[in-house]
Amino acid sequence: MARTYVQATINGVATDFLCEPRQSLLEVLRDELGLTGTKEGCNNGNCGACSVLLNGRLVNACCVLGVEIDGAEVTTIEGIGNPDRLHPLQQAFLEEAALQCGVCTPGFIVSAKALLDKEPHPDEQRVRYWLAGNLCRCTGYDKIVRAVLKAADDMEPARQ
Amino acid sequence: MIDRARVTAQPVALLGPNPTLRMPVEAFDYVAPRSLAEAYAHLGNGRTSLLLAGGTDVIVQLREGRKRCDQLIDLKHIPELMRFGFAPDGTLEVGAAAPLAALYEDAEVLRRVPALVDAASIIGGTAIQSRASLGGNLCNASPAADSSAALMVLGARLLIGSASGTRELPVEELFAGPGVNTLQPSELLVQVRIPPQPPRSGAFYLRFIPRNEMDIAVASAGARLELNATGDRIEGARIALGAVGPTPLMAKAAAEALAGEVPGEEAFARAGELAAGVASPITDMRGSVAQRKRLASVLTVRALRGALQRAREAR
Repeated sequence: MARTYVQATINGVATDFLCEPRQSLLEVLRDELGLTGTKEGCNNGNCGACSVLLNGRLVNACCVLGVEIDGAEVTTIEGIGNPDRLHPLQQAFLEEAALQCGVCTPGFIVSAKALLDKEPHPDEQRVRYWLAGNLCRCTGYDKIVRAVLKAADDMEPARQ
Repeated sequence: MIDRARVTAQPVALLGPNPTLRMPVEAFDYVAPRSLAEAYAHLGNGRTSLLLAGGTDVIVQLREGRKRCDQLIDLKHIPELMRFGFAPDGTLEVGAAAPLAALYEDAEVLRRVPALVDAASIIGGTAIQSRASLGGNLCNASPAADSSAALMVLGARLLIGSASGTRELPVEELFAGPGVNTLQPSELLVQVRIPPQPPRSGAFYLRFIPRNEMDIAVASAGARLELNATGDRIEGARIALGAVGPTPLMAKAAAEALAGEVPGEEAFARAGELAAGVASPITDMRGSVAQRKRLASVLTVRALRGALQRAREAR
């Protein structure tokens, strides 16, 4: 099967790759580009483990084709903080113990970042509704919601 | 590179296609036309086509083997299909592939057509709404699609295009059965047109789900009420039901029974009973026949209450 040449900006880096039209963005990220921080959960748009930002919008990478991102900007969990300098959301997830097995965590961080980029001070209900497309079988969500609210508070001085 | 062992895994007989299969077994071509004319040319080239808007249904259907195609036509590079706005006569014209989030984040859409936002803002979660479109939600023809009943009570019409021209269709005539629409293979949905709403009217859409968010309707109802000049009588109504039949349904008798009545609980309860009479639901994992019939009645009453409140605010 012919592979298509695609050029995109991924985590701020100009990137090009070949992929088949039937390959999802999730497969391209993980299998072609080695960006395995984005997780595969349900692979049908329900669980949010593969949440990434596409041109600043939150999407499920399993419901996007690799060929569709030609010319686009993609941000994955690898583009949000790094081990030496965690994003305030990542720091808050650690401090609030908002993760257990960790498979859903990259998706939650990316999804929460999309919310805080748009609305720096969401209330608890807004956080819960926004994160409805991210499923977690370990934490019971309360700790995740607390971490997102804490990160929003922690990020406040940085904005002034 | 893809993992061949997974791709060639045999489906589990009783569960349908293997849900862990990552990509569609059958390859297809991807084309991204820049104009409607180019899209129509692709539709007429003799190959089996599927249309790609947000992809939140069709990509999953391809992956799970529920649909197949020779070519997938991406509609998102056609400017007319991505735009929405109010025409000079007040009609809201929504390009069929415009993402739901852009639509419901628009203050003017929320102010002028709140019932559309009722529906558009609950289709999937945030990540789905970044991509999913009204056109896709309609053409996927799920009886439970949230946009269908809302658009039916709003009197929406669909602009259908093909190489040989365009035609208009009332939205309720799009649905032929579960997952089946009435478009010809040469046609595509270009625009959803929501006409200016009658004066002193209000519309409302809601559904029942066991979660608070991010679920598929067990049953749903939309209603539009039009009041007389003094606001003490109903002049006209439209009621539509979702997920209680093979297609979304107009509850005509229930709506007609409201004409001339005093708007309030007594009339709404009667309309709810009549609406339930139209429902012909199935029992599945989301609900039983009896529950869905009861929901058709309850949700109709609640939709009418919401519509009444908006109609009064509009006066």
